[in-house]
This record gives sequence, structure tokens and C-alpha cells, in this order.
Amino acid sequence: MTVTASDHTHAIPIDLHINNQPTRLEVEPWTSLLDALREQLHLTGTKKGCDHGQCGACTVLIDGTRINSCLALAVMQDGKAITTIEGLGTVETLHPMQAAFIEHDAFQCGYCTPGQICSAVGMIKEGHARTADEIRELMSGNLCRCGAYSNILAAIEQVMGANISSEKVAA
Amino acid sequence: MTHDSNVPYIGRATSRVDGPLKVTGGAKYAAEYAAPGLLHGYVVSGAIAKGRITSIDVSDAMTVPGVVDVLTHEHRARTAWLSYNYQDMIGPPGKPFRPLYDDKIQYSGQPVALVVAESFEASRAAAALVRVSYKSEEHITDLEAVKGQSYVPPKRRSGIAPPPKPRGDADDAFDAAPVKVKQQYRVPVEHHNPMEPFATTVVREQDGGLTIYDKTQGSQNNQAYICSIFGLSKDKVRVVNAFMGGGFGSGLRPAYQLYLAVLASQTLERSVRVALTRDQMFTFSYRPETIQTVSLGAEPSGKLTAIRHHAVAGTSHFEDHQEVVVNWSGLLYDCKNAKLTYELAKIDTHTPADMRAPGAVLGVFAIESAMDELAYEVGVDPVELRLLNYAEKDENDDKEFTSKALKACFKEGAERFGWSRRSPEPRSMRDGRELIGWGMATGVWEAQLMDTQARVTIHLDGTLEVASATSDIGTGTYTVMAMTGADMFGLPLEKVRVKLGDSSLPTAPVEGGSWAAASTCSAIKLACQALTKDLLEHARALADSPLKRARPEDVVARDGRLFLRDAPGTGVAIQDILRSAKLDELSAKGEAKPDSKVQKTHSSYTHSAIFCEVRVDEQLGVVRVARIVNAVAAGKIINPKTARSQILGGVVMALGSALEEETFSDHALGRFMNHNLAEYHMPVHADIKDIDVIFVDEQDELTNELGVKGLGEIGIVGTGAAIANAVFHATGARIRSLPITVDKLIDSPAFTAEP
Repeated sequence: MTVTASDHTHAIPIDLHINNQPTRLEVEPWTSLLDALREQLHLTGTKKGCDHGQCGACTVLIDGTRINSCLALAVMQDGKAITTIEGLGTVETLHPMQAAFIEHDAFQCGYCTPGQICSAVGMIKEGHARTADEIRELMSGNLCRCGAYSNILAAIEQVMGANISSEKVAA
Repeated sequence: MTHDSNVPYIGRATSRVDGPLKVTGGAKYAAEYAAPGLLHGYVVSGAIAKGRITSIDVSDAMTVPGVVDVLTHEHRARTAWLSYNYQDMIGPPGKPFRPLYDDKIQYSGQPVALVVAESFEASRAAAALVRVSYKSEEHITDLEAVKGQSYVPPKRRSGIAPPPKPRGDADDAFDAAPVKVKQQYRVPVEHHNPMEPFATTVVREQDGGLTIYDKTQGSQNNQAYICSIFGLSKDKVRVVNAFMGGGFGSGLRPAYQLYLAVLASQTLERSVRVALTRDQMFTFSYRPETIQTVSLGAEPSGKLTAIRHHAVAGTSHFEDHQEVVVNWSGLLYDCKNAKLTYELAKIDTHTPADMRAPGAVLGVFAIESAMDELAYEVGVDPVELRLLNYAEKDENDDKEFTSKALKACFKEGAERFGWSRRSPEPRSMRDGRELIGWGMATGVWEAQLMDTQARVTIHLDGTLEVASATSDIGTGTYTVMAMTGADMFGLPLEKVRVKLGDSSLPTAPVEGGSWAAASTCSAIKLACQALTKDLLEHARALADSPLKRARPEDVVARDGRLFLRDAPGTGVAIQDILRSAKLDELSAKGEAKPDSKVQKTHSSYTHSAIFCEVRVDEQLGVVRVARIVNAVAAGKIINPKTARSQILGGVVMALGSALEEETFSDHALGRFMNHNLAEYHMPVHADIKDIDVIFVDEQDELTNELGVKGLGEIGIVGTGAAIANAVFHATGARIRSLPITVDKLIDSPAFTAEP
């Protein structure tokens, strides 16, 4: 797939692997990864909540590591593998974290949800969280104004528990 | 899992039907719709609080590649002249703010121009190049400075009850009272800060009509607003809000990006999107700063003899925003003498807006803090004090309650919390260097039903569609609508489709005030009853119909059949009914309305009892809410799963209000300072520990025919007072000005006093 920047001027070609799909993109140097995903690729599952790295709604996984895509310039991601919420699972084949979010009602309006889910998957992979308080601490970059925190914690704990018992890796 | 149509969904914990879309990124919000040739609008925000624009220089902005136009008050399509045309259904009395209308600056951050470009980046870059010159005038944004000029709003806001007439003589009774508590309480400006910034995408359809994807809590309110301003007919304007990334009241009224997006689209005849930035989210709606004085007179036993509650709230110079702040004090307690007064004072800001449990968050914080102070004054347990003064009827309006299971809330909440193990003295419980405090409070919110229509359609393939122009702002409306339809036709949820969030659907009010579930589900129930009746008519017309003599009340629809309630074997397949009538589908409408007869004699409210444990670092003054039990009486609970989430969300926002949230003003500049999510502190994961929600049993046959009272607000009401009361119990320091931050505790002599 090749997508061209809407404008002419300073576009630079980059190659990304977005959700396991090789994607050639032409981006201006000042375009954030978030805007490239949402505006050029129409992958609107990644949300813009603040555009300043303060809310976590734009969290995606780059080579498995969670980052705020609003603070990442698209042009710097050349050659990287990017997983967005659309790449984690689909309505038919939900990722275990997505299924756990539904089961525990870990969202209300749904706007912070893709970021929470990507962040949770990335956090588990980091391997630092062992207790509820550690999960809370390490998820604190993802704000939820609806206040679904208790249920998000329950969903993450369930997936971590399942991982421990079946020794599966999350992402 | 197979569905047993004899076991209703209503009352069963049910996962959201829109859940799969939300967790996979498939749910689309207002800024996420594409259109051919879509233009991007970026708002230029004004820099002064009051005055006039003397010039706007757009020459540099226009040189940015991709910029199409810069709209200003001097350069834009024509819109309505009269401020009357800018009124919306929710707005208070006054003259609504009209963006880019003229050169007048009414508040800091007011939009002064809209840069429209082929890309978002170009619009943003060019917006920084628009040069606006102003002539400033003196402004006042400090409520303290103008509270002496407060006034009773001359025109009341529709739907907002003014304070009740005084009962007895509260002044004399207070003067004569053996025990007195008189204190001032303050709640600062707070901002809603839903996670989704406000945005509108206007798509120009081939027939010249506009499809407007808008972030709003009421598609039809915004449709009417746009039609009125731009002189468009309703069949040419469709507003869609299928998903809304949080509202909490900020989306009840049209936000200015809606107007700007339509203005740009009409000016340029292109599809346009305008999304606000996070800092621009601080430029239109907020909870007003409110200064309150509560005076309680009591017998030494704690029995109340006088309640006075006076509030002064800030509003803009152009509108009188009003909330129900003080009425709760006269409603919650049995007291012969009560005087409740509410006034406004004008400041040079935008008009405040309803924010989750508007008024009640403020007023109930004050009265429930004051009641806690009285409890210590007379040495009575805070729960006992509330039982001693329990109101068995609504003494404000002299009416009975449709139901009030508040005593059950006290009992079940206290038991779950372990309240009986509380040591009554402040500063008497600790764990190492942490002071432990246990506090409680009452919550109350009105249970309302609003005029709402719904349409249900049964299809030949056996599916049912339920539709209403209501919204789901995260509250779970999709799910409760599906559950109601499924139960009425005895179908599995998978066979029910929900349509909402579209102005072309049957009329519904804005989603707010906790009325959506009761109103929409009542309308669906009525529509389903009408549809069953219509199906029966067709069934009776069948040759050899087994339902020939059946009356509507004799039949039920279940599993795709219409049959006799008392003889389930006698019936007809709904498919056969449709086929013989040569129909692919059959629709019916229902309309729910409040019962005016009941309203004459009864008041209807939800109640709650909140119990809270805080842990306060003795040296640092850091407050942590360790656990909260919120016991709620809200009539019938349709979906315990999403209902619990509503209360959790209310509690979390209350925690923010009590301990973290405040929008600070620089009064010299007349401007909010902490207009971002790093400096406007709201609860994060690490702040939220154990929250336990209880729904007590409350049967209510009068509030509406479903017995549902609503849950959107009750979780936040009173919870802030419970936290503040727990902080007092932990530390002996009474902080009456929210939020309770470290600096206020450290400054309090009671906190730092050596034991």
C-alpha cells in the first residue's frame, strides 16, 4: 500500500510495517505518527486526546514497545513495525486484552480504550508489574475520564493471570 | 450460549453491545469521518479577556501552502442576525455567545478566526501566523471581587427549580438554637475534560444537504441550532453522534466548533472538519466557582431546628447560567425552618455549563460537610445524626416521595464498610505514619423522565430494530435499549439492532440529567406494545387464525412467535404474519411522557450513602483514598454491569473534585492558566484503589412504569463530602475549600498541631 501526503511540498517517503502490512507513506517532516495514522491511513482507532503526551489515548506499540504516537514524528519511524488497536484483534478475533476489557466493562465512552489496551499489552511485555499497585502505577499515563480504572485493572489482572497459567506472551 | 427467552435481560449483568467496536477501534467519533476533499479548520483563540478586535492580519497565514481561507467576523458567510436564533434547547436566559459574529471580545480564549486548509498541519501552522490586534477593556474574572454584587436571576432557567419558598423562620430559629454551625464552603472552577476533544466533521452530500458528525449529547438540539442560524431546513441537516468520547455535560449545548465547521462549509462549499485542541477545551464550558454559606441550628441532641443555605455562583455577562445548588439542603432533612437562597455574580468569562450532577455536587458538598461538623459539635455519630433528621417527605415542595430507600443505603453501606468499628475522635486511628480517617455523607439526585420517542421494527428475518435519537455518551444506552427490546420480544440480544445518535431518528432530548435510560427504555416498551398490537391485528386477519379472538393484553411475543399468554401453544410465527400481510417489516412508535398526575403529589429522587477511608501522610499531608463504599438507591437497575460502572465513574470524578481538580485563573490576564491535562490534575490509575458499589433494593411503581430512576449523576453527589469528612476524621483539619490539596492541609493549624 502506498499513501501520498495530501500536499506536494516536503513529503518524505518512509516504509512502515503497520499491523503486519508493509506500508509506504509520504509524510511531511512535521507530521506526527498519530496524525499520519489517523489522517493519511484512516486508522482512527488510535485517538487524539491531548496531542501533548499527557493523556495516553494515542498509545501504539512500536516494535512491541508502547509509545505516545502524538509525540513521535512519523518520519522517524522508517522501517519500524507499528501495532495499532486495529492490528491487535478484530471484532471476530479479539485479542485476550480486548475480550477482557469487554468482560470487565473496562470502558464507558470508549475514547481512551484503544490506548489503554495497547498500553496494557505493552506494560505486560515490559514485565515489571507484579501487583495491583504496580499495574496502577505503570498504567497511570493513560487517563480515563469516565473513571473505569477499577475495571481496567481487573481486565489486566485477568489477562496477566491467564498468561501466567498458560505461559503465553501477551503481544 | 443459548438464550432462554423466559429469563429477562433486564436485571442481568450484560456486556455492552457496542463493546466489540470500542475495543477494536471500530467505533467512530466525530473527527474520524472522511470525505472527498475534506478541509481542516484550526481555531485561532483570542488573547484578551475583554475589549475589541481592532484588526486581523491574515496575509502571512494565507501564504502557507495549502491554506484555503481564513474566516473572521469580517469575512464569513452570512448567518442569522438576532441572538434569539442562536438559542439552543439547554441554554440559560440571556444572549448566547456568537462565534466570529463581531469585533467584541467577551472572554479570554474566545475564537477570533478559523484557518481553513487542505491539511491539518497547514491549518495549524497558518493559525500561528494570524495576527490579531485588540483594544483591551478592564475585565474582572475573580468571583470574590464581585460576589458583593450578586443578584437573584430575574429569569429562571427552564428545567431548573429555583430555591423553594422559605419555611418557618430560619433566621429566628438559628439565633435561638442551642447548637450552631455556620461555615463557608467553596468549590472552584472545574473543567469536564472528556477524553475526546470537541470536533465536528461537516460532509456536503450530493443533494446539497449536510451530514454533520458532531460531538454532542443531543443531535436534535444541534440540528435545530444549525438550522436556525444558517436558515436551513431540517431535511437538509442531519446530525450524527453515534459515539461520543465523554461529555459529562460539556456537550449538552452546541460547542463553537460546530458552528465554525458549518460556517466554513457554507462559506467555501466544501466538506470541513474542525477539531479543538486540548487547551481550547478550556474555552467554553466549566463548572462555575461557587461560594456557599451553610448555617445549621440544632438541639443538643442534634435535631435540626434551622437550615440556611446561601450560594453565590459565577456566570458570564451574557447569560444567567443556573443550577440547583441549595435546594438539596431543605430536601434531605426534616426541619421546620429552612431558608435557601441562590444568587449569581457576573464575571468576564464564558458562560459556565452543567457538569456531572450540576449544582448537587456543589450544594451537597456544603450541606454534608456542615452536617459532619454538627455531628462532632453534638457528639452524635454522623449516620445517627442523619437518621435523626431523616426526611420522610419532600418538605421543599410538600410532596411524598415515589420511593426513598436511603435508610437501606445507610445500613448496607455501613455494614459493608465496617462503620461500627470507627473510633469517633478525630486523629484517633492510624497505621504507622499514616493517619486514617473514616467519613461518610449522603448523596441525592432527581429521578426524571423526559418526553422521548422510540421506534421499533420487526423484520422478516426475525431481527428487531430499536431506534431513538438519544445518545450514548458512554453511559450504556445502546445496551439498555437492546435489552429492553430483547425482553419485550423474547429475543436474544444478537437479534436486536440499536440505532441512536442521529437527528433523523424519533425525537429524544439531550442525554443528561440521568434521564436517558428511564425515558428511552420506557418509550421502547411502549413502542413494543404498540408493535405487538399491530402484529395481532394482522394475525387476526389470517385465515383460520388461532388468535382470532385474542385481545392485545392476552398475547405475548417470544422467540419469533406471537401467542396466547395463558396457552403458549396457541399462536402464530411472526414471519408468517408478515408474509401473509406481504410485509418485509413492521414498525411502531412509542412515546414516554412524565405522569403529571403523579408529579402533582410526588417527588422522585435517587439517594446514596457514601463511606470513605482516607490515609493521610502525617508529615507530608498527602491524602490517599484507600476505599469507598457507595450504596445507591436508584429504583430498578436495568444492567447491573454498566450501572456499577456509572457509579464507579461518578466516584472517580468526585475524588478528583475533592482532592485534585481546580482550574486556576490568572485574574490579571483574565485567563485560565492550567489548560492542559498535565496541569489540570484529574484522577489517574494510581489514585484509584478499592471502590465498592451496592445497589439496595428499591421498588418504585410511581416514578415511571419501569421503576428505573437513573444513575449518571448519583455516584458523584456527596462523595466529595464523604472524602472531606474522612480527611477531617483523619487529621482534625476541616478543609472547606476544594480541592483538599497538600498546601491547604499543611497550612491548617489543626493538621500540624502536636498531639
